[in-house]
Amino acid sequence: MTGFARRFNAIFGADMAGPLTALAAVLVIMGLASPHFLTAATFGSVAFQLPELGVLTLAMLVPILTGGLNLAITFTANIAGLTLAWTLQTHGGADAGPGAFLVGSCLALIVGALSGLVMGLVIAFTRAHPILVSLSMMIFLRGLGEFLTRGGDISGFPAFIAPIGHGSVLGIPVPLLILVACVLASHVLLSRTRLGFSTYMIGSNIESARYSGINTRKVLVLVYMLSGIMAAVAGIIMLARFNSVRVGHGESYLLITVLACFLGGINPFGGFGRVLPVFVALVVLQLLSSGLNLLGANQHLTTAVWGILLIIVMVMRWASSTFTGKTK
Amino acid sequence: MHNIVRHHATEVVLTAVIIVMGAFLTLSTDRFLTLGNVFDLLNISSVNIIFAVGLLVVLIAGGIDISFAVAASVVQYVTVLALGGIGGGGWLSGFLIAASVGVLLGLINAVLIHRFRIISIVATIATFNIYFGLLMFFTKGVSIYALPDWLTTRVVLYEREMADGSWAEITLPVAVMILCVMTTWLLLARTTTGRQLFAFGDNPEGARRFGIPIGAMQFIAFGWLGLMAGIAGLMQAHYAQEVVPNALYGRELDVLAAVVLGGARLGGGKGSVLGCVLGVLLVSVTQNGLNLMGVSPFAFKMIVGAIILTAITLSSVRLEKLAPILSRRTQDTGSTAGEGEIR
Repeated sequence: MTGFARRFNAIFGADMAGPLTALAAVLVIMGLASPHFLTAATFGSVAFQLPELGVLTLAMLVPILTGGLNLAITFTANIAGLTLAWTLQTHGGADAGPGAFLVGSCLALIVGALSGLVMGLVIAFTRAHPILVSLSMMIFLRGLGEFLTRGGDISGFPAFIAPIGHGSVLGIPVPLLILVACVLASHVLLSRTRLGFSTYMIGSNIESARYSGINTRKVLVLVYMLSGIMAAVAGIIMLARFNSVRVGHGESYLLITVLACFLGGINPFGGFGRVLPVFVALVVLQLLSSGLNLLGANQHLTTAVWGILLIIVMVMRWASSTFTGKTK
Repeated sequence: MHNIVRHHATEVVLTAVIIVMGAFLTLSTDRFLTLGNVFDLLNISSVNIIFAVGLLVVLIAGGIDISFAVAASVVQYVTVLALGGIGGGGWLSGFLIAASVGVLLGLINAVLIHRFRIISIVATIATFNIYFGLLMFFTKGVSIYALPDWLTTRVVLYEREMADGSWAEITLPVAVMILCVMTTWLLLARTTTGRQLFAFGDNPEGARRFGIPIGAMQFIAFGWLGLMAGIAGLMQAHYAQEVVPNALYGRELDVLAAVVLGGARLGGGKGSVLGCVLGVLLVSVTQNGLNLMGVSPFAFKMIVGAIILTAITLSSVRLEKLAPILSRRTQDTGSTAGEGEIR
């Protein structure tokens, strides 16, 4: 048993155990509960629904690794989506060309980066708590968005954008491809680059990171800019999927992204955690949602079950550390 | 005077900002400094202040709670259904039911945090989703408009007819708010438990070695917030004269911002009731002022967000950097910049 555990940890990493157990449990329970669960249709719908939440979760993940939090991600995504929408509208609305789309997407990413830049600067230089800084940024961006759109939505985009939300390449949904690209990019960034290493160091102990010569301020600013850019990517995907932009789209995802990170074994104080377990946790959440949907439950019951799942995982983690005598 | 400035810097600054804003609004609008408007401000802010003093206790004890606003929605629903069950009830039974359901929901958080060692932000994000998800599932998002008569009847405690024929009124939520503020102040500033909460929030391990019961601290803090959330929920239902399941959704973050604006520190051990009330009032005065000046309501949140962002940025910059005059006396406390960890 311990030999198996050791080999498992060597291949997947110790933090993979929770999410993979949950994945197996969901597949078995839902598979038994509903005959329609283990079908291509389920996995197809999961593949299309996963990306918005997934990319937003990546945007949340990196700040959490530094011991912070970015509560502004959903509204950053909205504002980035608005930026793209306006660029398209000023270039002819439904008749806008791919050039306008490219320019708009770049502008959207820049807007996302800007929101991150402001937060990163405030957090890095005043050492105000990230929860507060991102919270006030969230209130500001929500207000800005509502002010600019007057609470309405913007729609009427050129037809070539739809495949980004609904199309498939070689049978794989385009949004899923974008998500996988983002996951891989985050994984490589965090595990193979200097910035990633510094991110973990800051999350473990910001003072010793500073004393060991890491420019902590620069890293923090970059981390929040990266988070903003990731949120902007999510905003672009949402625009393509809904074919409209509205301030408040995806608002309910905010705390779910935090939940997904914790489910994926990210340490809430930062410093520890990897991208891949979080990805598995996301798949678990979405499969659970689809499965409950098949059983006739609605989104709200799913939300409650997600919360219960988080508590179960945390209690199991507590139990395993208590009974094996390890203290963490 | 110097001591007051030194020990209550946040409160002094907030009061000064509110006075400056008030003076400006008094000069630029003719409605701001009227009895009617001041009473309106109090009536509108009551629910948020009740939430805020509850959250303050949890923040001082070193925790955080995301779930209290949706917990208050659950309280509203359960209370109204229970009152229907016992055939109407009255203020006493209403308060008793709301308070006990609120305390119960708060204690669930405390059990998760203390018994299972789940960090408060994780535990309360989970309960946030559970409370809200189950509430929306069981109610199907349907609002209740048929409330008992006593609950929807406005209780006016003090009224006065103004020169222009309008009535300036102080209503029940204000009295309840004052009561909540006073009892929270008593708890924090005048009881041993209050001192223990501060000590526990500042340094839990030190507090434990001192013999302070850690579990009791968590249960008192989250139970108190639950109690306040229950009362605030009932007051909000009374004020709005309806129960809408998602009416308080998102309120938790607004209240959190206002409380921290009032000087409470994420990570525990610091904060005052006065600062917390001033924090909520600052936000209310800003919105009220923008309203009176005829600014588009769509711009409110944007401006409020910008103000909070600026305030948090400024308050986190060390005071002595901004005001060199104070530096001689603040050096001994200057090491408190930066925030602790939330547990």
